[in-house]
Amino acid sequence: MVSYILRRVLQSIIVLLVVGLVAFSMFRFVGDPIEQLLGQERTQQDVERLREALGLNDPFIVQYADFLARALQGDFGISYRQSRPVAEILLERLPATLELAFISGFLAVTLGIALGVFTAIRRKGVAANVIMSTSLIGVSLPTFLIGILLIYVFGVQLRWLPTFGRGEVVDLGWWTTGLLTESGLKSLILPAITLGLYQMTLIMRLVRAEMLEVLRQDYIRFARARGLSAKAVNFRHALKNTMVPVITVTGLQLGSIIAFAIITETVFQWPGVGLLFINAVQFVDIPVMAAYLMLISVMFVAINLIVDLLYVWVDPRLRVDGRTA
Amino acid sequence: MTHLPADPETETGLAPSAHRPSRWRAAWDSDIAYSFRHSPVAMVAAFVTALLILSAIFAPLIAPTNPFDPSSLNLMNGFSQPMEPNAFTGDTFLMGTDDQGRDVFSTILYGMRISLFVGAMAVLLAMVLGITLGLIAGYFRGWTDTIIMRIADVQLTFPSILVAMLIFGIARGIIPIQYRDEMAIWVLILAIGLSDWVQFARVVRGATMVERGKEYVQAAQLIGRSPLSIMVGHILPNVLSPVLVIATISLALAIIAEATLSFLGVGAPPTQPSLGTLIRIGQDFLFSGEWWILFFPACTLLALALSVNLLGDWLRDALNPKLN
Repeated sequence: MVSYILRRVLQSIIVLLVVGLVAFSMFRFVGDPIEQLLGQERTQQDVERLREALGLNDPFIVQYADFLARALQGDFGISYRQSRPVAEILLERLPATLELAFISGFLAVTLGIALGVFTAIRRKGVAANVIMSTSLIGVSLPTFLIGILLIYVFGVQLRWLPTFGRGEVVDLGWWTTGLLTESGLKSLILPAITLGLYQMTLIMRLVRAEMLEVLRQDYIRFARARGLSAKAVNFRHALKNTMVPVITVTGLQLGSIIAFAIITETVFQWPGVGLLFINAVQFVDIPVMAAYLMLISVMFVAINLIVDLLYVWVDPRLRVDGRTA
Repeated sequence: MTHLPADPETETGLAPSAHRPSRWRAAWDSDIAYSFRHSPVAMVAAFVTALLILSAIFAPLIAPTNPFDPSSLNLMNGFSQPMEPNAFTGDTFLMGTDDQGRDVFSTILYGMRISLFVGAMAVLLAMVLGITLGLIAGYFRGWTDTIIMRIADVQLTFPSILVAMLIFGIARGIIPIQYRDEMAIWVLILAIGLSDWVQFARVVRGATMVERGKEYVQAAQLIGRSPLSIMVGHILPNVLSPVLVIATISLALAIIAEATLSFLGVGAPPTQPSLGTLIRIGQDFLFSGEWWILFFPACTLLALALSVNLLGDWLRDALNPKLN
């Protein structure tokens, strides 16, 4: 098992190094850094001096190592557009995105599992059929159209909820939260639904399919024959054994929640890192793009790693026989 | 033996070169067509897809106005409601007009052209790239395989829409600023195509590895045919049917991806609006009550993506030997 974990950690590091290489190449080869830093009036001497000072004359591998070392210390350079350190801008925007992502992820997982179990147990009921048919809409509608639809219904027609921004936020020094004010919570509702809906339907359909599969097994029939309550059979015996595929998909979906936050944040003008990234792409702000890429890959790799470790926890077979896993 | 005419089956059976096309034809005539005739969903989806594709191709003939010709626009026609005569000019528009008096129906037809063009070209790019790399990886194995599939794994860690945005941003950085808008469509194709090749590569690699061990490939190797001609001439035709399924579903995804990127403002420019750009423009008028500027492009996008998707689903079932 230790070797399994070690190998996964090693793979994660390789992924991060490759992504770092991409981010570094963006810095180095997309647009001339000299061009960005020196104005029109410059001498060849200035150029040479700056090249030397920035280390642009060093061998590629040295520059790459330099870049990684600086990235590890949180130095991602200076935004071309805002002329401020990228790390500072990212830290300022990160709470908004993380709050949104966690709330939607939480909604997607809890509602997804609950509805999945419900539709599997009451397979032939009217409510289950209605839920299943509506979930088709959730899968086939593109995220941004769901957002627009919600804005139109709850913002424009009913005027119940705000449709853009975060509302009032409370500054905790290193973290700004919208969870403590009424307008902040109200502003969170529509973006969180938009972001979580697709993931929720996916998890729900998966849980339902897995549950139906498991409920047919002999040991469930045996558990029923033993006279266990429906609750014990459904939740302790059946649900537990659907968890391996559910954890895989949920983990991967949590990653894509962060990516799809870009779309949701743009629709709702939510001041998070996703909106920052889209603006960076529009205005070719390379340092911001590169830093976002690094940030998001660290999150992705961490999530994948946690998912792999959860397997070991959920599936006892992996604990005994780590080498074949 | 005397060569008798008539019976085409024995004839193709005798001529090896004509063998494969006729077998394809026979398969086409029987299984696929049969399953198509018995699936109402597939027929409706195919009808809607064909209708939309044809109206996109013949947009200049169908569209009542050319939305990109300023002389055909009348500002007085701005914000006409669908199917209601305009208060000033008395003109009636099927799906209303936008703020500049552009006919929404015409912009949708032209927008669909761009959406479909970008989608189809992106899938083509992904397909060519994925098939090539998949064949190479599956045929040669070893370190080539390892490198290609590792890259695929790393890319697969990230959602393809994120990869597409990133490629779009990098490409914009490389292209000089004065060409950015005219190149936007091609950059979009490149971004979506490169974000989507992994699917094709994985499937083709898997199928190639299976085919490679078969006798006809060994025979071809023995008579000294080059790896290239074996891969393209012998293996490729046998791995094409799963590729076809993925291509159809990829087309639906590519159309959605294009719309999403354009909606976010990192796709087709307002001078060449796709359905996504039209939805982006329409969103601005949602708050003031002009719902039709957004509603009709969104419905068109949904109809297009959904029908292509359903067609792909049907194709997957129809080509799946396990279900037959």
